[in-house]
Amino acid sequence: MAALLEVKGLSAWYGQIRALFDLDLTIEQGGVTALLGANGAGKTTSLRAICNMIRRAGTTIMDGTDISRRTTEDIVRMGVAHVPEGRGTFVALSVEENLRLAFHIRRDRKAAERDMEKVFTYFPRLKERIHQQAGTLSGGEQQMLAVARALMLAPRLMLLDEPSFGLAPLIVQEIFRILRRINEDEKVSMLIVEQNAALALELADHVYLLETGRVVMSGPSAMVKNDETLRKAYLGY
Amino acid sequence: MDFFIQQIAAGLTNGAIYACVALGLVMIYVSTDHINFAQGEMAMFATYLAWAMIDAGLPYWVAFGATLLIAFASGLFIQRVILKPLETAPVLALVVCFIALLSIFNALAGMIWSFTIKQFPSPFPRRDLFGNGLVSAQQLGVVAVTLVMLAALTVFFRYTTLGLAMRAAAQNATSARLMGVRVSWMLALGWGLASGIGSIAGMLVAPIVFLDPNMMTGILVYGFAGALVGGIGNPLGAVFGGFIVGVLENLVGSYIIGNELKLSFALVMVVGVLLLKPAGIFGRVIVKRV
Repeated sequence: MAALLEVKGLSAWYGQIRALFDLDLTIEQGGVTALLGANGAGKTTSLRAICNMIRRAGTTIMDGTDISRRTTEDIVRMGVAHVPEGRGTFVALSVEENLRLAFHIRRDRKAAERDMEKVFTYFPRLKERIHQQAGTLSGGEQQMLAVARALMLAPRLMLLDEPSFGLAPLIVQEIFRILRRINEDEKVSMLIVEQNAALALELADHVYLLETGRVVMSGPSAMVKNDETLRKAYLGY
Repeated sequence: MDFFIQQIAAGLTNGAIYACVALGLVMIYVSTDHINFAQGEMAMFATYLAWAMIDAGLPYWVAFGATLLIAFASGLFIQRVILKPLETAPVLALVVCFIALLSIFNALAGMIWSFTIKQFPSPFPRRDLFGNGLVSAQQLGVVAVTLVMLAALTVFFRYTTLGLAMRAAAQNATSARLMGVRVSWMLALGWGLASGIGSIAGMLVAPIVFLDPNMMTGILVYGFAGALVGGIGNPLGAVFGGFIVGVLENLVGSYIIGNELKLSFALVMVVGVLLLKPAGIFGRVIVKRV
């Protein structure tokens, strides 16, 4: 398998404070990679740095193209859909408008219409709420909307920032089931950041462990799952 | 009773113009949180361009359309060239920049066309509409132009994906970027639209107040009052606010305080709204979670 995204020596800063130290990371075509680690380890920062949302240095290569210096908008247009921390809902727009926003950058309208139908088969709940103001959705529904919005961009890579955050366990399971289906059916590669390590290890085939802005370990997720000392030391279970 | 109806009609006519100015202000405010103090002078300058074109022999509506396009393009240009480098600048720097634009346009107009007042033609006849001396064709025309423009804007923002992208960018810039929207260009488009709307206000008001470089100063205060009364974050509210201010200003002026104090009344309304209902009549109080 060829690498879809290759990150080399990625560093990032918040003001004067350095939050990420020379991160190297590879995402295989069609694979699901998890970034795990404690609070403040630099997981969200890594996603933001890949999308050029903060001051950063290093190279990011997407499918052979160097995207290190592209703007966030252009990186998105190249097929990297970022489902941000806090879900990024357009609260005053309707559910439908939240999704239709993707039409702005879709060249092929017909394909976009088909994608809209497809999104509703993954998230029938959103179809029921199609005319509702998005700000009135529940947390779980807003998370579904965030994933659905990303899916409407017809991405090749999805960056998911803690999709389980603040949600009831049943909803979390439902969302992870859908993510698995999206990965398998749509061949969308994923880079997922999670606090809930056990859950992420189920979905991911590859894992990076971060600690205070540095990679301390990486490997196939089965390896981490079966290594009790590693799990206890870094993931706390 | 006839006098009362005449005053209402005149109020609605002025209100239509204030509504345009208010809408221009709100258009920029919702996407950047800034009040463009140069809005009035930009409109005045555009009106001079229209005057020059009509003076050169162009038919009114051709000049109208051309002015609208030029105003749109210059709004876009001003945002791209002057304001984009200031995107991360502190608010005070921007305020200074807006005031600079205001005096530049004012001085330029005076320099090119002199400060003596000029007559600006109206495309609508001044004659009485129903033969009872109540409403003139001119008044109806002004309101009609405003309503057509409003309808066009509503269609644009509601039913086009570009309009949707502009709304999304104004609401949540970070999230809009993550949907591939070029937010900075959406701001430029907002400036273009605001400038175009302003030029309409200028061309509508010029036949009433006569054309001179300072003609928009008072109008901007009324427009600002309209925007605040309706809710500064709400385009539709701003339009209603403009009409409300126009009608009230006329009624209060002719029945209570006299014409000289009319402008002060607009300021009283501004202060009153800020004291009693800061979000405006149609505005919603938005609670931000931190």
